[in-house]
Parts: sequence; C-alpha cells; structure tokens
Amino acid sequence: MADIAARGAVTISADGRSSLHKLMQRKSTIAFLMTLPLILLILVLVAYPAGYAVYLAMLNKGMNKFVGLGNFTFLFGRDTFWMVVYQSCLFAITAVIFKAIIGFVVAHFVHNIPTKGQRKWRGMLLVPWVIPPAMSTLAWLWLFDPSYSAFNWILEHVGLDRIAWLGETGWARFSVILVNVWFGAPFFMIMYLASLKSVPEQLYEAAAIDGATWWQRIWYVSLPMMRNIISITVLFSLIVTFANFDIVRVLTKGDPLNTTHVFATWAFRVGIESGDIPLGATVSLFMVPILAVAAVFILRDITKRGSEV
Amino acid sequence: MVSKRVSRRRFVAGTAAASTAFIAAPFVRGAYAAGKLSVGFWDHWVPNANGATETLIKEWADKEKVDVQIDFITSQGNKLLLTTAAEAQAKSGHDILAQNTFLPARYAELLMPVNDLMDQLIKDNGAVNATVEYLGKVDGKWLAVPATVGSQIKGPCSRIDYLKDLAGIDIQAMYPAGAPPKADGWNLDTFLKAAEDCNKGGHPFGIGLGTTSDSVDTIGAIFHAYGAILVDAKGEIVVKNDQVRQALEYYKQLIAAMPPDVPSWDDASNNKWLVSGQGALIMNPPSAWAVAKRDAPKVAEQCWTHGFPAGPKGRFAPFLPFFWATWNFSKNQSAAKSLLMYLSQASSAEKMVAASGGYDLPSFEKLTTFKTWAEEGPPKGTLYHYPNPYNHQTLSVAAAPAPHKIAEQIYNQGIQTQMAVRYFKGEAMDKTLDWAAGEIEGFMRN
Repeated sequence: MADIAARGAVTISADGRSSLHKLMQRKSTIAFLMTLPLILLILVLVAYPAGYAVYLAMLNKGMNKFVGLGNFTFLFGRDTFWMVVYQSCLFAITAVIFKAIIGFVVAHFVHNIPTKGQRKWRGMLLVPWVIPPAMSTLAWLWLFDPSYSAFNWILEHVGLDRIAWLGETGWARFSVILVNVWFGAPFFMIMYLASLKSVPEQLYEAAAIDGATWWQRIWYVSLPMMRNIISITVLFSLIVTFANFDIVRVLTKGDPLNTTHVFATWAFRVGIESGDIPLGATVSLFMVPILAVAAVFILRDITKRGSEV
Repeated sequence: MVSKRVSRRRFVAGTAAASTAFIAAPFVRGAYAAGKLSVGFWDHWVPNANGATETLIKEWADKEKVDVQIDFITSQGNKLLLTTAAEAQAKSGHDILAQNTFLPARYAELLMPVNDLMDQLIKDNGAVNATVEYLGKVDGKWLAVPATVGSQIKGPCSRIDYLKDLAGIDIQAMYPAGAPPKADGWNLDTFLKAAEDCNKGGHPFGIGLGTTSDSVDTIGAIFHAYGAILVDAKGEIVVKNDQVRQALEYYKQLIAAMPPDVPSWDDASNNKWLVSGQGALIMNPPSAWAVAKRDAPKVAEQCWTHGFPAGPKGRFAPFLPFFWATWNFSKNQSAAKSLLMYLSQASSAEKMVAASGGYDLPSFEKLTTFKTWAEEGPPKGTLYHYPNPYNHQTLSVAAAPAPHKIAEQIYNQGIQTQMAVRYFKGEAMDKTLDWAAGEIEGFMRN
C-alpha cells in the first residue's frame, strides 16, 4: 500500500511539474507575467483610486452616511455645476479643434522642410510640450498679468486700450484656451508628422500625374491616410484636456465669477478647499461618462475603418 | 551640622508649592512627555522666520528629552491644506499640525480638545478675540491653540505721500506711532472719498475681488461694518436684508474707483500693486511692505500700516489666525500639549514676532505690545498699529457668525466678492441676492 501510494504521489508530482512547465512555455503566460508589473501598477494607481472616488462620491458631506446617488442628483440642481459643464466642454472642444488644426498645418510645413534642417525645427516646435505646464503657465500668467502685462504694454504702445485678460469672462476663457492650445499643439504636430511620413510617396506622385492641386492632395491623399491617427490623437487630447487642472488653476483659479472653472478645478475648490470631499469626488466623476461616450464613438469609427481595410 | 526648625507657615507654603509642581508635572515634563513627536508647521514667507520656531522647539526637546521631527510645510500650491486633508483621511501623520482659519472646525471630530491648555493660556496671556474663539472653539471645546506664527490682521497698508497729496489725509497723524489712534473721522465715507481722489490722481487703491483670501477678508470686514450677514448663527439664510444691499451699493462705488481688473486679482496682485509704486492703499499684513523694503526701499519708506475705516455697525478688521492642532490619533498627546504650552508662552511669542519682522501676531490680549512693532521701519513705527494695540477695531472673519461648515464654503467660494462683482457689472440687486441665496442653499447639505 505504502509503495503504491508513494508511486502515485511521484506520478502526480511529475504531472504537476510538467503541466507547470507547459504553462510557463505558453506565450500567453509569459506575456501575462511580463505585463504583471504594469497591471499591478494600474490596479494600485488607477483602479483603486477610481474605485475609492466612486465610494467617496456616495457618502454624505460628513462622510459618515451612504447616500447612493444623492450627490449626483444634488449637482443636477446646481446652476454653477451646469456652468462648469458648459465651460469644460467649451474649453476642451475649442482647444482640441485648434490644436488639431494648428498641429495639422505645422506638420505639413515641417514635412516640407528639407530633411537636413527638419530636426532643428521639430525640436524647437516641441519645446512648449516638454516644459511642465505649471511652469509655462506661470510665464503666461506674467504675460497676462492684470497690471503689468507685456501684452498690454504692447497694446498701449500701439495706441490701443489695455485688456483685462484675466478679469473679463470672455478674455479669461480665451486666455486659458490659448495657453492650452500653445501647450498641446506640438503633440498633434509630432503625431501628424509621423503619420505624414508613413504616407507612400507614390500616392502623391500618382495624384500629381492626375493633375491634383495641393488642396486635393491633402483632401484625397493625406487626410484619408491619416484618419486613424487623427481620431486617436483627438480622443487622447480630448481626455487630457477635459481633465486639465494646472492651466486654469495657475492662470485664473476659476475666476472671474467662476466662469473659467473646469471639472478638475471646481472639484478641487469644492472638495479640498471647501471641505466637501464627497461632492468634489462627484464633480470629478462627471468627466467619466462624457469621455466614455466620446471614446466609444471615436474608437468604433477606428475599428470600422480597420475592418474595411 | 545646622538643624532648622520648620514652622507651620513654612510647612504649608512648601506643601502648596510641592503640590502645584506635582499637579503641573505631567503637563510640563512628566514621564509621558518623552518619546517621539512629529510636528508640521507652516513654512513662513519671511526668510529665517522658521528659525525662531525651530530653536524654541529644540530648547523644549532638549529639556523634555523628546525626539522631535519638524517639517515646515509651505502653503504654496495648497500643500499644507492637502497634507491636512491626507492626514485626516489616513488618520495618520504629524502629532501637531498647523491649521488655518476654518480647518480646526472642519476636522473637529479628529482633534484633541485643548481646554486645559487654553484655560491656562488665557489666564496667563489674556483673552483671545471673538474671531479666534469662533474659529477655534466648537461646542464648548477648544480644538486647537491659536498659533503666533502665520496669524495676521489684513489691515490697510497705505502710502503716506499719496494719501496726503491726493486725498488730503495725514495717515501718520491719524495713527501716530506710540500713541492711541485719532481715527474717529476714518470711516467708510472718507475711505471711499480717498479711493476716488487717489484714483483721479493716478494711484488707485488696490483691493482684490477674486476668490482668494485677501479679497474675501476685506469684503468680509466691510460687510461686518454694515452689519451685513448672509447666514445667521442658527444657520438661517438671511441674504435679503438692507445691510447686505447697503454693503453692495458701497462696494459698487468702491470698485469704480479701482483698477478694472480687480475681479481677477489673487493674493499676490495687491502686493505687486503696492511694491510697484502704483497703488495708494492695499489690504494686507506687512509682507508687502517687507518685500518693498527689500526690493523698492523708496516705496517702503512711504508705507504705513493702520486700522480699518469704521462703518455704521463699527470698525472691523479681518483677522486670520493659524492654529496648532493635535490629532486625536496622535501617539504622544502629552508631549504635544507640553510643546504647545511652551510655544505659547509670552517669551516664545515675542521671539517668533521678532523673527518674522512683526508679521506674526499672537492672538492673546496681553501680547500685542512687543517692541518689534514699535521699532520696525522704515519709517519707524510703521507697524505700531498693526497688532491692534488699543483694541479700537473688532477683529473679524468673513462669513461669521454662520455655522462653520456653511461659513467655510461662503468664505472659500468667495460668495461675497462674487456678489459685489455681479452687482457692479450691472446685475439687478435682487438677482444678485437670489443667486447668493441659491449658492448658500447648496452649502446646507449635510
């Protein structure tokens, strides 16, 4: 009995070893193990905080009672909240449109520069994107400074009135969008430039033989070849711009009259500065459905085009 | 050997002294006041001002044999606020943490009451003003000890020359160094007239109307001067009253006499306005003057810090206290108490005031006449009236006397400044009041 049992145990052990060996040989297992550190990082730094934010958003102000979706329904009844929704959409959509247009145009200019001098231009044009935005926004703050603005100094010297760049709602919104465009356009430029470089030269040659104008070459060759990159870049930028905090925080702090607040800055004002952490968490979570809807539409379009190819 | 007879009188006196020492012992240097202690204090604007606090803590630590870890945490970028929020969430962190204005009330349930300390300190140093009591004492419990470091009055800092030349006001005669103020005629009407005159003369007053604390503090004091309250002590919304209307009417005229961009000013804007030589008056503690002393000495020589103008309901000035609070999850509460007691002694407060060049203000009645304020200059005596030595103005905080959780939101979201700007921009008075009532209603949720 003892022998049999011992032999059986050995057999089982050998089987176990070999199946573990097989498991370790599988590509999917190796892939999983190699991505495991990243998965753990995402769980700790993304999934846990996100889950915790959802939990916080369902507590009362004193954080001692579960209120379900009470904070969300409360926000729906607040005028300031709807103003923040409007401003966030205005800020993100306007900024992304301008970043995409400027990035597209500049990418074409850079693409047409001879290869020898192109690297210098690429480097210089990327500078706004590599400076930490809190730092560069501080420089913009000095340029817009209510009393000592360099822009106003120039305006005065050409005989124009001073502008309250950050003191009037319209100008303040313009200023925060301008800084965001300045910061983000190089990202679009570099992505579009990479995409342009992957368009086969023969397509342009064929178009030229057919007598296509420069506009037709862009419309019928460049744009269709760049569509997926444009979509992904727009989606990525939309997410980042909607979640922007530093530019508005440094430049206006949401003033004047709360008319430049975006979700993140208002969530900070309500949650951290005013001590209502559950409501702050609720405000920040409102970005999720808006971005999810945008992501679904854009990614669906990309998938559709992928399957057409 | 000389033997001494102990008389009955001597025995009673000796026993009383020994008993006092025994009772006070755990408070000052008992066996519990040992081990480790970590403190998080506000990182001072004034260079080397942290040094006085650090030296005092080291003196105490050497005496009490406590291993102290000191962190000076900046309030730039809200770092101190974020640290406080994080420690409250984690229920772990510094034993003592500096908390300003409404924070002790926000974290009331997480703080160790310090009634015993405050009773003793009030006995030794005199009473604290009503604003410190409103902010630091909730439901009969003192939640924290008012800190000397960082506490400030945001009174007017005026240009002597501009006020004299453009508005005909001799501010030094009104607030003479070393003597009580002769400011009976310094009221909101003369203030407005001076603002208009200085504006016409090309040197407007610079009072912010953004949502940061300098702007909110000033409008808070002017609202108090009119008796204009948005929410009463019981938590009732009382926005639609004549006093609020009067305060808004007044502010409308005042804004018209100031630079057009004041709605976007932050706490640095008014300092720059004064230091650049453009402004005739700002509302600030002496930090702007201190910067001017370093960067623009000619401007500094013309600066005079003084009291607020009086309104129909009295003369109010904004007082922004910092507190030293001990978490109830602190592992060394007896040592924390002992250190707070040491730092709150008159001699300690005087050292802190001197190190800060007069910026820091103790909250206790008997500690407002240190020589630093009389001697600082130029011009000599410029800070003499900064600590309100004659109690001729009531120290206040915006949004009081509303319950703390409502007042804190009115304060931090700049409801009063927003009301003033809305009304100034042409919004109907009733619409502005409705807007404010609606916003405040949203702060009532529990």
